[in-house]
Amino acid sequence: MAHLSLRNVGKTYAGGTQAAVSGIDIEIADGEFIVLVGPSGCGKSTLLRMVAGLETTTEGEIHIGERLVNKLDPAERDIAMVFQNYALYPHMTVRDNMAYGLKNRGESKTTIAERVAEASRMLELGPYLDRKPRALSGGQRQRVAMGRAIVRQPAAFLFDEPLSNLDAKLRVSMRMEIRKLQKRLGTTSLYVTHDQLEAMTLADRLVVLNEGRVEQIGAPLEIYRKPASTFVASFIGAPAMSLLDARISDGAISLEGHALARVGNASGPVTLGLRAEDLRIAPQGIPLAVEHVEELGAQRIVHGTIGAQNIAVIEVGEAAIQDNVHVAVDPDKLHLFDTSTGRRLEVQSQPHQEMAL
Amino acid sequence: MQRIKPFDHLILILGALFLITPVVMALMSSTQNAIDIHNNGLYFTPGSNAVPTYGKVLTHRGGFTGDVTGMRMLMNSMIMGIGFAVGKIVLSMMAAYALVYFRFRFATLLFWMIFTTLLLPLEVRIMPSYQVMSTLGLLNSYTGLIVPLLASATGTFFFRQFFRSVPDEMLEAARIDGAGPFKFFIDILVPLSRTMMAAIFIIMFIYGWNQYLWPLLMTTDESFYTLMRGIKSILQVWIGSQIPDYNEAFALAVLAMLPPVTVVVIFQRMFIKGLTESDK
Repeated sequence: MAHLSLRNVGKTYAGGTQAAVSGIDIEIADGEFIVLVGPSGCGKSTLLRMVAGLETTTEGEIHIGERLVNKLDPAERDIAMVFQNYALYPHMTVRDNMAYGLKNRGESKTTIAERVAEASRMLELGPYLDRKPRALSGGQRQRVAMGRAIVRQPAAFLFDEPLSNLDAKLRVSMRMEIRKLQKRLGTTSLYVTHDQLEAMTLADRLVVLNEGRVEQIGAPLEIYRKPASTFVASFIGAPAMSLLDARISDGAISLEGHALARVGNASGPVTLGLRAEDLRIAPQGIPLAVEHVEELGAQRIVHGTIGAQNIAVIEVGEAAIQDNVHVAVDPDKLHLFDTSTGRRLEVQSQPHQEMAL
Repeated sequence: MQRIKPFDHLILILGALFLITPVVMALMSSTQNAIDIHNNGLYFTPGSNAVPTYGKVLTHRGGFTGDVTGMRMLMNSMIMGIGFAVGKIVLSMMAAYALVYFRFRFATLLFWMIFTTLLLPLEVRIMPSYQVMSTLGLLNSYTGLIVPLLASATGTFFFRQFFRSVPDEMLEAARIDGAGPFKFFIDILVPLSRTMMAAIFIIMFIYGWNQYLWPLLMTTDESFYTLMRGIKSILQVWIGSQIPDYNEAFALAVLAMLPPVTVVVIFQRMFIKGLTESDK
C-alpha cells in the first residue's frame, strides 16, 4: 500500500501533434479511492494505462510510494489492474487465473494457495475455483478479475471501466461490492469510468477530465455543489444542469427578461446554471412552456423552454402538469459561469434582497 | 421441429454417394484378384482375396533392390506427414508471433513478402531447393525431405490472423502478471491456439502425406519410398504379358487413405469445438 503521485504528467503519442494528456498533477493519499471521470476520448484511460506502465509517459513523473516508476515495466510497478473485458485467461481455471501472477513472481505454493483461498472467500468464488471463465456469468468473471488483482496485494489497484460490460442491476451491486472491498483492504485505487453516477458513488475524490486536462478535482459532493466550469456542471448530475444565457444588469440576474436574484457581480452576459432538482414548479415565477414530461415513478422530469432555451425541472408532485407553468429557484442555488471561458463565477450575494421567484 | 424436406435429403444422399462410391470401389476391388479385375473391371462386391493381398502389400519386399515393404513406405509417409505438420506449426507460429507482437521495422513488408509466396507453388522453386539440398549433402535423408518445405505462408498467415484476434488486454494482463515474451507465448498463446493448431495440423499433415514430386526428386534410395510412390510403382509393370497388380495398388491406396482419415477424425472434434465455442 502506498501513496501515488502524478507530477505534471503528460503524453503525446508518437507522430501526434496534440498531447493526449497534459499537465496532470494529482497527489493520492494511501488508501484513497480516486475516480477519473470524463467523456470518451478525454484521456482518462490513457492516464490510467500510463500509471500501469502499458503506455509510455512522455512528460512528468509518476511515483508509486517512494519510487519513480516512469521507466519500470508494468510487472515491476507493484500494481494490479482490472480490465473492462476482464481479460481472464480463457484456458485456465479460476484458480489458475488468480495464481498466475503469483507463480510468475516465484511465490511459494503455500503462499499462493493461501492467498487464492482468501481472495475467493472474500469474493465468494469458492464454488467456481475449478471452472473455466467461459462457464461463468459476467458478474462472476468480473469478480475473478478482481480476485486476480487482490491476490497480488499490490500497492495500488487500477480499474479500467470494470463495470461497463455488466447489466444495470449488476452494475449497482458490483459497485457497492468494489467500494466495500476497497475500504476493507485499504488499497489505494484509481478507477476510470465515464458513468458519472458510478463516479459519484465510488469516489473519495473525483478527477474530472476533459480533453486531456483536469477540469476539477474534489470530493463528489463538492464537485456536484460547486462545479468549477460549465463542462463539469453539465457532466456531473443527471439530468444535466441546464445552462442558460443570462445577463447581469443593474445588480440583478435576468433570464429572458425575468429578474431572478440580486447579485453583486459585474454587469454583462453570464451563463446561468440551474440544476433540475433545485427548480420547482410554483404558482408564480418564470414562465416555462412544457414540451414533454419523463415519468420516472419517484419523480418526473419536466422538459420545457424558457424563451428559446431548454431547461429541465424535477417535479415530485402528482398533479397533472399544464402546458404552461411557472418555475422558481432559491437564489443560493444559482450557478454562474463566465460566458467566454466557461469557468465558475462566485455569486456575490446581496442578502436581504430576496427576489426569488 | 424442422419439417423434413425430401428434396434436401435427396441432394444430401446424392452428394454422399458421389463421394463414397470411389472409396467403396477401391476397397472392394482390393479384395479381388488382379486377373478378375483385369477381365471384369472394378468390383462393388467383396472378394475372397483380402487377407493375402493386404498381407503381401504390407510385407512383400519390392522395388529394384527388393527391400522396401509396405510397412516401410507407410512409415516414411508418416514421418513426412507428421514432420511437415509439426514443423510447419512450430515455425509458422513463431514467425506469426514475431510479426504480431514485436514492433520491428518492415514487419508489414515482411509479412506481405511471406504472404506473396502463397501464390508460388512448390514446383516453381523445386530446382533451386534441390540444388541447395544437394550441395548440403542432404539428398536421401529425412532432413532433406522435410526441412526445405517447412516455411509455410499459409500457416503464418492463419496464426497471424488468430494472434491479432486475441484481445490486447490479454497481453496487458499478462504483462502486469509478470509474464515476459517467452512466458506469454508458452503459457497463454500456445494453449489458446490449440484449435488453430489442430486445423493447421489437418491441412499440413495431408499436404505432407500427399507429397509426390518432392520425395521423387530428393530420394534415390528406395528405403525412403513413400506410399504415393509405392502405388505408382505397382502400376508401372507393363512388361510383356504381365498384368499390373491392380488389387495391390488398390490395397495400398486404401492403406494410404487410413492415416489422413484418422487425423481428420481425431482433430475434427477440436476443430469444430474451436469453431463453435468462442473463448471470450
